[in-house]
Amino acid sequence: MKKRNFKTSVLLLLGFSIVFSSCLKYPNLKPTNDVTSETVYSTPAGYKQVLAKVYGAFALTGNQGPAGNGDVQGIDEGFSDFFRLYWKAQELSTDEAVIAWGDIGIQDFHNMNWSANNPFLTGLYYRCMYQITLCNEFIRQSSDANLAKRGISGSDADNIRQYAREAQFLRAYQYWVLMDLFGNPPFVTENSAIGGTPPPQASRSQIFSYIEDQLKQIEPNMPATNEYGRANKAVVWALLARLYLNAEVYTGTAHYADALTYSKKVIDLPNYSLLSNYRWLMLADNNVNNPEFIFTINYDGLKTTGYGGTTFLTHAEVGGSMPSSNFGVGGGWAGIRATKNLVNLFPDANGSTDKRAQFYSSGQNLEIANQTDFTQGYAVTKYRNVKRDGSMGQSQDFSDIDMPLFRLAEMYLIYAEAALRTNSAPDIANALTYINKLRGRAYANDPSSTTGNISQSQLTLDFILDERGRELYWEGFRRTDLVRYKKFVESSYLWPWKGGVSGGTGVAPYLALYPIPSRDINANTNLKQNPGY
Amino acid sequence: MTMRKLLYSIGVPVLLLFSFVGFAQDRVITGRVTDSTGLGIPNVSVTVKEQASRGTTTSSDGAYSISVSANARTLVFSSVGYARREVPISGTTANVSLQSTASDLNAVVVIGYGTVRKKDLTGSVTAITAKDFNKGAIVTPEQLIAGKVAGVQITSNGGAPGSGSTIRIRGGASLNASNDPLIVIDGVPVDNGGIAGTANALAMINPNDIESFNILKDASATAIYGARASNGVIIITTKRGRGGKPKFTFSTQNTVSTLPKKADVLSPSEFRAYVQSHGTPAQIALMGNANTDWQNAVYDNAFMTDNNISVSGAAKNLPYRVSLGYLNQDGILKTGSLARKSASVTLNPVLLDNHLKIDINLKGAINNTRFADEGAIGNAVRFDPTQPVNTKGSRFDGYFQWLDPNSTTGLKKLAPLNPVGLLEERTDKSDVKRSIGNIQFDYKVHFLPDLHVNVNLGYDVSKGEGTVFVPDSAASAYMRSPDAKHGGVNNRYLQTKTNTLLETYLNYAKDIKSIRSRIDATAGYSYQRFLTTNTYADKSSNGVLYQKPDGSLDTAVIAGAQRWNPYSDRTVDGYLIGYPSYPNDKPENRLISLFGRFNYTFEGKYILTGTIRRDASTRFAEGNWVGWFPSGAFAWRMKDENFLKNSGTISDLKLRLGYGVTGQQEGIGLYDYLPRYSQSNAQAQYQLGNAFYPMYRPAGYNPNLKWEQTGTYNAGLDYGFLNNRINGSIDFYLKKTKDLLNVIDQPAGTNFSNKTIANIGRMENRGVELTINTQPIRNRNVSWDLGFNVTYNKNEITKLTYTNDPNFPGNLTGGIAGGVGSTIQINSVGYARNAFYVYQQVYDKDGKPIEGLFEDRNRDGVVNNLDLYRYKSPDPTVFLGAYSNVSWKKWDGGFTLRANIGNYMYNNRFSNTGVQRNIIDPLGFLANGSRNVLETNFTGNGDKYFLSDYYIENASFLRMDNINVGYNAGDVISKNTNLRVGVAVQNVFTVTKYKGVDPEVSGGIDNNFYPRPRNYVLSVNFNF
Repeated sequence: MKKRNFKTSVLLLLGFSIVFSSCLKYPNLKPTNDVTSETVYSTPAGYKQVLAKVYGAFALTGNQGPAGNGDVQGIDEGFSDFFRLYWKAQELSTDEAVIAWGDIGIQDFHNMNWSANNPFLTGLYYRCMYQITLCNEFIRQSSDANLAKRGISGSDADNIRQYAREAQFLRAYQYWVLMDLFGNPPFVTENSAIGGTPPPQASRSQIFSYIEDQLKQIEPNMPATNEYGRANKAVVWALLARLYLNAEVYTGTAHYADALTYSKKVIDLPNYSLLSNYRWLMLADNNVNNPEFIFTINYDGLKTTGYGGTTFLTHAEVGGSMPSSNFGVGGGWAGIRATKNLVNLFPDANGSTDKRAQFYSSGQNLEIANQTDFTQGYAVTKYRNVKRDGSMGQSQDFSDIDMPLFRLAEMYLIYAEAALRTNSAPDIANALTYINKLRGRAYANDPSSTTGNISQSQLTLDFILDERGRELYWEGFRRTDLVRYKKFVESSYLWPWKGGVSGGTGVAPYLALYPIPSRDINANTNLKQNPGY
Repeated sequence: MTMRKLLYSIGVPVLLLFSFVGFAQDRVITGRVTDSTGLGIPNVSVTVKEQASRGTTTSSDGAYSISVSANARTLVFSSVGYARREVPISGTTANVSLQSTASDLNAVVVIGYGTVRKKDLTGSVTAITAKDFNKGAIVTPEQLIAGKVAGVQITSNGGAPGSGSTIRIRGGASLNASNDPLIVIDGVPVDNGGIAGTANALAMINPNDIESFNILKDASATAIYGARASNGVIIITTKRGRGGKPKFTFSTQNTVSTLPKKADVLSPSEFRAYVQSHGTPAQIALMGNANTDWQNAVYDNAFMTDNNISVSGAAKNLPYRVSLGYLNQDGILKTGSLARKSASVTLNPVLLDNHLKIDINLKGAINNTRFADEGAIGNAVRFDPTQPVNTKGSRFDGYFQWLDPNSTTGLKKLAPLNPVGLLEERTDKSDVKRSIGNIQFDYKVHFLPDLHVNVNLGYDVSKGEGTVFVPDSAASAYMRSPDAKHGGVNNRYLQTKTNTLLETYLNYAKDIKSIRSRIDATAGYSYQRFLTTNTYADKSSNGVLYQKPDGSLDTAVIAGAQRWNPYSDRTVDGYLIGYPSYPNDKPENRLISLFGRFNYTFEGKYILTGTIRRDASTRFAEGNWVGWFPSGAFAWRMKDENFLKNSGTISDLKLRLGYGVTGQQEGIGLYDYLPRYSQSNAQAQYQLGNAFYPMYRPAGYNPNLKWEQTGTYNAGLDYGFLNNRINGSIDFYLKKTKDLLNVIDQPAGTNFSNKTIANIGRMENRGVELTINTQPIRNRNVSWDLGFNVTYNKNEITKLTYTNDPNFPGNLTGGIAGGVGSTIQINSVGYARNAFYVYQQVYDKDGKPIEGLFEDRNRDGVVNNLDLYRYKSPDPTVFLGAYSNVSWKKWDGGFTLRANIGNYMYNNRFSNTGVQRNIIDPLGFLANGSRNVLETNFTGNGDKYFLSDYYIENASFLRMDNINVGYNAGDVISKNTNLRVGVAVQNVFTVTKYKGVDPEVSGGIDNNFYPRPRNYVLSVNFNF
């Protein structure tokens, strides 16, 4: 008996000590629902899927359409896509748009009393910086050393190097947005490590030079044509033209001659011409048979879904008595309208003369006594999720309309403005032809028509600003244009509720630049707030 | 697993263990067990120390009779709520008196990896046993002790069947990581994370099986659980067999639940008058002719029945307890219900001459839930009372809906949907099975009996599956596919969790008389693995998706047959709306730990405890995965000093001082430290050229993640006066958390997410807890227990960011209805967690708020978000609990009261529905709203009114949780039986100034909270 007990004890203790000493090793668990970067970048197809993200981050808010797994944290995901935020910052702050909603901070745009804590500005800033971070990572992963290490060579490697150039372009575009809106963003490149130290701040002129250098560096190797939705040589020129047009705002030094040069390079390409009917520009099938678009954000009602971009524009513009089915949507969100300043740019509001005037006035007041009432201010009908043949887009919840970031008409307008500002006679003559193409299309659905054409004496800088309003309204240009024309904060040009006053008022000059969001000021001690905030 | 299978799986091991053999008996001992007043105590377990399997229990008057073998020397008397006593056998009679443990210091308290006598405790531990549990219809275990323990706040998450509670011990130590305490059931730390298809993981535990709760509050008590102990530990022990002849207990509890209070909305006539006076003719014309009380239409009295039967005793020398429970609860919100079948088995054999004790606990439950669509709660408040529930010929199953001829679906976009339709048209059912069990060996080493070897093997497995079905005619899912060609919902989901535990420790305890000391040392190892399987789309053997992003099958790479794809989102006709981008998901984490404890007692008066735990968690990278969590405590039993020894007034006095460090790793992602990519789903592809590509997105990560740490100081005094008829304790604590696992802003451009989790920030909780238990009357016929506890807790965030920028307002939190993405709360340095962040309302001379007019607090001429200020917080500064129990002869009765003071609530229902813009919606429909609109006359225009401090209300309250009366009829049916009949009311009344439905909503934002029902309970307990 005793002996058996002793044996039992020894056995139990032995078993115990085996258990005790095992399993203190790090088990190195890996997620089953994700993949590592080595897997992703092991094949050219993997690179292409990451490239899809580098581009897709313009259109989508995250990894799950329409929402549920967002890229940018700290803002409602539906608000967090690039173009919706960019549109609000560029349009709601101007004479072109007011919004009825009460979301925190949204009325600050039109009232021009935004602060460094504005959630929409914060969201836009983080969206831009996020896209830059994605580009940096892609460029890093596409280095020759990485390609060689992964055994990718030949045409596969050439393709990936081309993808990387496009990532450089997209990064330059996002830096342009940041420079234009926020002035002095933090500066990160492919040499900045993930999880690294807080990056330094770059001044507006440093960013200007960086964008210029980057674009000129990739320009020689960019293809003349590319897949739909991807960057080519023309869009590099187009961004350079836009950059130079506003150079004086960014650096204090004008570059109108360069703006002229680069817009002309695009205009002279045989690939691009005006779409014959202005009202076809923002339709569900604007991606087909459209020679005007240089670079687009691509949306799809079934496969590229979210609550931003043209889905926002098609829904938010519909309210009041507007029949939503005319807009290819299940129902409107009753949000955005125009001020009378935009309406009054046109000879009439119903578009019978200048067909670019796409307003809905039934049940709507031209005057705005209350910005949060949808029926005050004319509604805009520019974006419609229906096709040219009148049939609906694929979905009534999400739009098929692709959003052009660059289209030929803007190049005509840049050329004309630069010609006037450099005051070179032959260029002004050219400019008149280009502008009259826009006028012919606007009045007669035919760019070669003389209807609506203007004379050379009518072609003035003020006319260009108005013409930009008529041609490019609600496409995200207005704030930049008004700043360049010194009409954004100044009291020389007023619109209803500018600065929060019903008749409009001038505001402090520092508001011409948005503030660096306080969240990043706080996270990154290298950043200095823009003056005034 | 069916009920039968469940029983079978539990029954087989039972039968196996029944085969241990016993031996002959030869004499009978009888007696009576009484309390200090001479009253007989029923149900006392009487066992023979030398034959652990031999035993019986006392009858209703305390009498017993037990047959013992010749070599039996000692009888052991034990009962919950009384101190255990060992009495030597002499003769054939043994009358014994037991001390109530309300005052007893020899009562055993369960702590991590062992037990300790109450008088030897150095930490802050509260034990609550069955006799102190709350009475009434209690579905989930934690409600048994709501309001009973100082420092522990238990807030039920609403009135839905089986819904859980938010448990906060001393305020919670974290900001973004978990604030839930660790719950250990019979030695198995359970997964509190929930399982798909259940409202609450604890709802799988039958409260009737629980014998005691031990709540470990300060670090010297909890640090043995190291990494998971920052928010306190709750140790739940279930009932076990006591030996003797089989004793059966049957209880049935039948409850009628009612809605205690409706939301205060406009009546049909008020609504008509309002629309008439504020609407345009077109809007007035939208009104109907009906008079519908939508809240009456969605709520109904509900019935609940809870039936339990248990048997305990010993088969030969194997003590056992087996119980079965059946609960069926209907929600007061129509269509919701919960049915729970539960079973538990405990076996406690003792082998090898009392050297090897084995505890086997098996618990299983099957919950069948039907979830009511809780969207109906808000829609019942908002739906136009002039409209009927049904309209003939309507295509949406006959329910009235707001229509719009221009929309594709025919429904008015953004209008509320008929709440009755929401309830009746949605069938959301789940079956969840969970089993928790363990086998624990405690071996007293033969050649060294002071040394115990303890091995514990445990598991916690669950499987949740369910379906959601909505017909394609229902308004909520009508034509819901992106192309509007398919409607309805027919979704299935499946999740399994397999958590396993291996723990083993050595314990050595010895009295060393020569140096008047006692030492008690424990050292052990613990391994716990948490594995979840979410069944998503299937993949082929080579890892490639079956399904292409467009939903078609990628036949080229399939090896094997197509299988069920349950997590996809489908319409009724099977059209695929969305499916996960990854074939399967098996998140897993592990905790691997070493721990030790050393107790040293000198002269029985001076007690030192030291513990240490080394925890290693796979949620961190290899360099950071280990954390060390030490604690130390000292206790001084002043009562045992000469100057108090003979005091008649002071019957107990003990000082406790402790400090310890605990950690936290729950509540964050499993792989947040790893760089990883994930693929987007079918609705988030991007077009390049003519092809659509799923996107590969890099995830934000933080390779430097490490443990969150909380240091806790505790000073406490246990006291007892007048033979402990007044006793209790007072504790002061300070909890300082550093390296908070905090979701913070990354410097833009340095990570793939602008917010990632990082160890940054500090927070403090400081507080006082006071407990007083009294027995004002204690005599032969009447005993009256009266108890009271109060807790003061102050929470303050002391650091949030890398830099301490005074201009940084903080992190916004607390999403509300009203404006997309709007928040009402903020976490700021220098303020309590979740402080309300609001505009300061300006009032007119009559005290009415002026719409849109707010104080320009920074005097810069504009009212914007720089004028927001921090105003109050949702956490109470003081919370109290009180109870009273009286027994008089065969009658007993009691009540429990609970109060919160200083807690504030954002009345989101007022702010969201009590405005004209909600009632007369500019989008072309009408909606009802809170009667608050008649007081404010707010239009709801502008973007700031809903952030007004007007809507922050003082929600301090006093609530009677329950009141009960019972009559113990004794052995009315036959001898050796006992019958008790009781009635109880739960949620009896609430005294508060708060104007919403219920002042107690966890988180402090009241919007469409599922109302807690008032329950009328009739219970019958029968023992035989």
